[in-house]
Amino acid sequence: MDKSIEGRHGKPFRVVVEEGKVREFARAVKSSNPAYLADGQPPTTSPVTFLASSAFWQGPDSSPLSGVELNWARILHGEQEFTFPGPPPAPGTELTAQARVDRVFEKEGKRGGTMTFVDVVTEYRDGTGALVAESRSTMIETSQAPGS
Amino acid sequence: MTMTTVTWDDLDVGSEGPAFEDKPLTVTDFVRYQGASGDMNPIHHDTGFAQKAGFPQPFAVGMLQAGVLASWATDWLGAANVRRFKVQWREQAWPGDVLTYSGAVTAKREEDGQRLVDVEMAVTRQTGGTHLKGWATFVVPA
Repeated sequence: MDKSIEGRHGKPFRVVVEEGKVREFARAVKSSNPAYLADGQPPTTSPVTFLASSAFWQGPDSSPLSGVELNWARILHGEQEFTFPGPPPAPGTELTAQARVDRVFEKEGKRGGTMTFVDVVTEYRDGTGALVAESRSTMIETSQAPGS
Repeated sequence: MTMTTVTWDDLDVGSEGPAFEDKPLTVTDFVRYQGASGDMNPIHHDTGFAQKAGFPQPFAVGMLQAGVLASWATDWLGAANVRRFKVQWREQAWPGDVLTYSGAVTAKREEDGQRLVDVEMAVTRQTGGTHLKGWATFVVPA
């Protein structure tokens, strides 16, 4: 991976926070919180990592890594961060998301070899353009296969 | 996990959330999370695929444990109150692992008229090894 991919943007894509998906996701992350799963009532908010499921809405054109040659066997998901200016979005919220390669940087590995870090940032905005959530995924490309 | 309502006065630097020891991890847990999230990488559920890639068996989806840690933290400090949540993966987790979710307050502060707490968290394997480390910020209603 080279530095030249820094600043690449994917096309904006639509994400709708849906009640059934929130319930499914909340159960998958072993929650029983009534904020997500109250009987007979819609969820009041969505789980913290719920926007990981926006992958369902993101086509190849919306990925800033589309067309970039990557050796996925050497790529690890090293860190993941979500930030929210207010509460996480409630079901019914329509968002427009856009992902970008925020930065590419290198570090020397502990056991030799160079590791390349790639931060992909996705911003989620509501109909007024206000930021609702931001995801920062840090991918690490190792010079040898992870786990070896 | 149990739900609690904590207040500003309940929280001090060093205050711990009630640690949660989960049932042993299963491939069914991975599959359910993968279906919910849309990440269907077979390395987490297809033994033949995992072995061809050099692993003894499928290993845990990192984002599943991140999500369970978030469930733990929001049960403690409130689902609507989270403002930042970050995880960093350390060693792999495997089917059969018994993971413990825990964390404590590292700072109490006020910013823009809001009361905030910072917490540091960990997901620990039965071996004592750290599967992931986490950091979060929550607002604390008065």
